Amino acid sequence: MGINDSHGFPGRLIVVEGIDGSGKSTQLSLLQTFLVSEGYDVSFTEWNSSPIVKDTTKRGKKKNLFSPTTFSLIHATDFADRHERSILPPLQAGLIVLADRYAYTAFARDVARGCDRAWVRNLYHFATRPDLALYFKVDIDTAVARITGGRIQIKFHEAGMDLGLSPDPITSFRMFQGNVLGEYDRVAEEFGLTVLDGSRSVVDQQREMRRLVKPILKGLGRARAPRPAAAPSVAAAAAAPAR
Amino acid sequence: MMDARFYGSGLAKLEIPTELPGNLLVIEGADGVGRSTHIELLQGWLEGQGFAVASTGLVRSALTRRGIESAKEGHSFDRTTMALFYATDLADRIEHEIVPALRSGFVVLADRYVYTTIARGATRGLDRDWLARLYGFALIPRRVFFLRLDPDELIRRTLRRGGELDYWEAGRDIGLAPDLYSSFRKYQTLMLGEFDRMAAQYDFTTVDASRSVEDVQAELRREVANLLDPTLLTPAVDVSDD
Repeated sequence: MGINDSHGFPGRLIVVEGIDGSGKSTQLSLLQTFLVSEGYDVSFTEWNSSPIVKDTTKRGKKKNLFSPTTFSLIHATDFADRHERSILPPLQAGLIVLADRYAYTAFARDVARGCDRAWVRNLYHFATRPDLALYFKVDIDTAVARITGGRIQIKFHEAGMDLGLSPDPITSFRMFQGNVLGEYDRVAEEFGLTVLDGSRSVVDQQREMRRLVKPILKGLGRARAPRPAAAPSVAAAAAAPAR
Repeated sequence: MMDARFYGSGLAKLEIPTELPGNLLVIEGADGVGRSTHIELLQGWLEGQGFAVASTGLVRSALTRRGIESAKEGHSFDRTTMALFYATDLADRIEHEIVPALRSGFVVLADRYVYTTIARGATRGLDRDWLARLYGFALIPRRVFFLRLDPDELIRRTLRRGGELDYWEAGRDIGLAPDLYSSFRKYQTLMLGEFDRMAAQYDFTTVDASRSVEDVQAELRREVANLLDPTLLTPAVDVSDD
């Protein structure tokens, strides 16, 4: 098992990637609702949420103790814990695991922060390869427009404020995330991520996402019968005349 | 004075001169071989000779100390997570303690370094090359002293001082044996194998720790004096005013 090998477990691992404001979390949440309505057992995990590491990350952020190296290492620690507890067991049990950000986030972000590319890739070498990795690509203007639209708070590290690029959070965000986008392009190519246009409407993106997910579910058993009423687009498709 | 060289790509965004005025000396070895005793004795001796000395040890970083302690109290601490958490601790101490002290010309005495955590990971089945690459950020010490002691002697020494065999130092988390004694002995034998394997790779100075504290300390002082200033070993000038 490793970042370049299939896990071989009965479950499926689907991950979404993209910068803040790319719409990836919205899309993943819509997909989750859909998959549950289709009768699948689904589990969800998100970046930076391990109970073992949480307090350390919080302290480090609050007191600004992180350097690019320790910031990268603490996120790898967090990921390793979740990989062991929240990603592998559901895959082994045959569930669909939805991950909001995966190792690729570190490959893009930590390298933009100055860490060595090969070193960061080595950190996550133990991570199992997803069955589907979707990269929601947006330009900086779209991301900033969504963030300043008020729905999302601009975060200190997400804006790269620790790097001292600019005292203005928006300017810093533009500069830092511009570098992150460059790294994401490289990562998408290197690891074969599926690129989606994150600037399109929520509905269009969700339709494409479901279309991409469908083939990887082949052979996966449902826990319950589908409840078409809860999934309008599927219900609409079912109502169309059979050929 | 030492070269600022790293095992791999080093620390991102850290401006560091190619030569540091201080010296990083590492003391490695199992719990109970006398690492802290010897570090204390070396520190007192060096300070007496006018050196500025700082000491640092595993899991003492301001960032990770509490987190690692509470993770060890829990029931589930996966080996990869453990290796990465220790690496975070070490990176934090290198950046915030070790490098600043070396810049200021201190002799830094490190109570264990990357080698203990590499050995712990390898003993738990992690890939040795992965572990070695993980520590690519670590500064290469001026010298590594490995206090080597046979596991049976280590056990007797620990117990005759009224100590107990530690859960983690016995590798109880990996189920090597049903009882504490056998588990400790097996685990320490595996750890010793890892240290012996690393001795050549990382150029350890292996010190036979089965001897008396005086003998071991005398050997350490000879080695340290050779590195820092050979005149340290000449008998001290009598400065009493009688």
